[in-house]
Amino acid sequence: MRRTRKFSVDRRSFLKGAAVAGAATLAAPTGVAQGPPAPAQRAAAVPRPSPGVETGTPPEVDVLTTERCGSDFMVDVIKALDMDYICSNPGSSFRALHESVINYGGNQRPEFLTCCHEESSVAMAHGYSKIEGKPLGVLAHGTVGLQHAAMAIYNAYCDRAPVYIIVGNSIDATMRRPGVEWAHSVQDAAAMVRDYVKWDDLPISLPHFAESAVRAYKMAMTPPMLPVLLVADAELQERPIHETDKLRIPKLTRTSPPQGDSGAVAEAARLLAAAQSPVIIADRAARTPAGLKYLIELAETLQAPVIDQGGRMNFPSRHPLNQSSRGRALVADADVILGLELTDFWGTVNAYRDQLERSSRSITKAGAKLISITALDLYAKANYQDFQRYAEIDVAMAADAEATLPALIEAVKKLITPDRKNAFQARGVKLASASQAALEQSRTDATYAWDASPISTARLSAELWAQIKTEDWSLVSTSLSGWPQRLWTFDKYYQYIGGSGGAGVGYGAPAAVGAALANKKYGRLSVNFQNDGDLMYAPGVLWTAAHHRIPLLSVMHNNRAYHQEVMHLQRMSNRHNRGIERPHIGTTIDDPNVDYSKMAQSMGLYAEGPITDPKDLGPAIKRAIAAVKRGDAALLDVVTQPR
Amino acid sequence: MKPFRFSVSLAALIVTASLIVMAQNPAPANAPRGNAENGRVLFAKFGCYECHGREAQGSTATGPRLGPNPIAYNRFLSYIRKPAGEMPPYTAKVVTDPQAADIYAFLQALPRPPAVESIPLLRP
Repeated sequence: MRRTRKFSVDRRSFLKGAAVAGAATLAAPTGVAQGPPAPAQRAAAVPRPSPGVETGTPPEVDVLTTERCGSDFMVDVIKALDMDYICSNPGSSFRALHESVINYGGNQRPEFLTCCHEESSVAMAHGYSKIEGKPLGVLAHGTVGLQHAAMAIYNAYCDRAPVYIIVGNSIDATMRRPGVEWAHSVQDAAAMVRDYVKWDDLPISLPHFAESAVRAYKMAMTPPMLPVLLVADAELQERPIHETDKLRIPKLTRTSPPQGDSGAVAEAARLLAAAQSPVIIADRAARTPAGLKYLIELAETLQAPVIDQGGRMNFPSRHPLNQSSRGRALVADADVILGLELTDFWGTVNAYRDQLERSSRSITKAGAKLISITALDLYAKANYQDFQRYAEIDVAMAADAEATLPALIEAVKKLITPDRKNAFQARGVKLASASQAALEQSRTDATYAWDASPISTARLSAELWAQIKTEDWSLVSTSLSGWPQRLWTFDKYYQYIGGSGGAGVGYGAPAAVGAALANKKYGRLSVNFQNDGDLMYAPGVLWTAAHHRIPLLSVMHNNRAYHQEVMHLQRMSNRHNRGIERPHIGTTIDDPNVDYSKMAQSMGLYAEGPITDPKDLGPAIKRAIAAVKRGDAALLDVVTQPR
Repeated sequence: MKPFRFSVSLAALIVTASLIVMAQNPAPANAPRGNAENGRVLFAKFGCYECHGREAQGSTATGPRLGPNPIAYNRFLSYIRKPAGEMPPYTAKVVTDPQAADIYAFLQALPRPPAVESIPLLRP
């Protein structure tokens, strides 16, 4: 405390002296005013020097510069946490930290990436984490920056993605610069997002910062992985570090993810091995490539169908046991249902009808056993209701699914008798046949509206697939009405990253850029189905992609609407029975149509469009891929069917 | 993401089960005469395209394919008046029987798609 007060006096003198000295330098050639300023004038001169101050004699000051400040140490900590990038829109509350990143840290690991909106910064980090498996840093104002960032943080929270956020704030009111710094200061910065971050802290010393920074990283990376937030006090950033300060960075020890209880694993294995019609359903089951491998092994051991709900790349799309297109029928027929990191188990085993009288009913058959493995049972909050309706589970494991799968696989294998193995093989043959039939049906379905304009989503998927299937590609966006999963061959973990989590619109473009950033060092071709409404939230992220040479092919699903809302309005209009022709009011993005190719070109991207004739698609995609292979970001504006 | 997507896809499947299979059955001869051209206009104006696509090609995410070869007219009319699944109801107050007949004529008039074998991009 005494040290803080002592420094407070030092910094006050420093600021005053710096302002006065700087002003004097600027004013010297003008010779406008003479004589020393009155004390009141000096006080007012801090944000905008008065003429009197500009020519006054600066008071004697002890120190005007420092070679080492608190934010340098903060950068040491960030480097120790192996963060490759910092995404940020610049802000004065973290000006010292910004400067330390680019000068003291050499702007390498982390490299400062210029973002045009804090929502973009966080969503970039969100997308990045799902490819790279670790967080990158986000810097923002603790007030106006965090307000912008809030929705993206909520998306990451709902999507169980680790995002590491540091916000600047000026805690000591007596140290704040008059004016804007007060508007950019807050008692409890994290309060605004505390409902949807896993942990936050406000360190008041550099040792405290180091300890909390390491703790935050550890907590973010322990399943369920979630965003964390640290407040970096401006005083702490800017305060000189003295040689006598004893600073060290605590060792980071990663927490082993929680495995399911051995008794519960044994019971689950018994149920699965004995089941006649088991079903495995995965949402965010695969946290890493290992999760994909384990799920294949479990499914093949049981010859059980897998329904991939697509929160992550859980299961190969063309694997004969992938029965995602028959989800409802399989759930209805199942006697044992294994849910792996399901966000909504209730919604998986119930049908819901959104009519005037909302209704629901179970779709499982009597006596079906439900098994759940999810780390979400270890961590829940009350205010935001993303936890979904309560599901009546028979065997519930509060554990990480990926970490539990090896034990479950081994337990199942021990229970397989020759008779059961024969039964499994017979089941597998039927499932393989169903999988082939589903693929053929998908190809037939794709022929409808094949030559239509606006272009069908099936045609768009097929045209893009034709040109990326021989590349090392990664789809860094959500799907396109399910067509990629129906027509493409997904078999690598990084080929799909799932969705936004919280359905907060505006996630798509920045998350794609962040994921493409992660793919860049591996030389992968990142492709993004870009919704028009999503891009309109914060299109500046296109500039970020161009500025930082992040190769990414964005192909627009431009239906010129917030189409989900068009359908909601149609539902309400029909329900209220007083006119069904106006759902476009307030929901469409036309009149005028947005020229997304010009928008992208203005920010330095290679872009073409609007493309309305499906015959033009193939050549345009080819040209755009050539641009991406040169290291550029590219965008094709394709006018599409609604879904 | 999950709850909405899943509920919609389930709903779509409900409708799919009842409509898309029937869409492959030939329409009865007693279907009313409608104006297919006007039907196309109404199909867009009344928002049918929102879930089923502008060519009624359908989407697994929202609504099934409706044509060509739509289900029998009486079942079509009955379903849009009182849908069993997720589809919003279209009462006679907002879509008259003649207008429904026009939409039905549009669905009947839709061209057959090209054979899958004729499209190189869709070959295995």
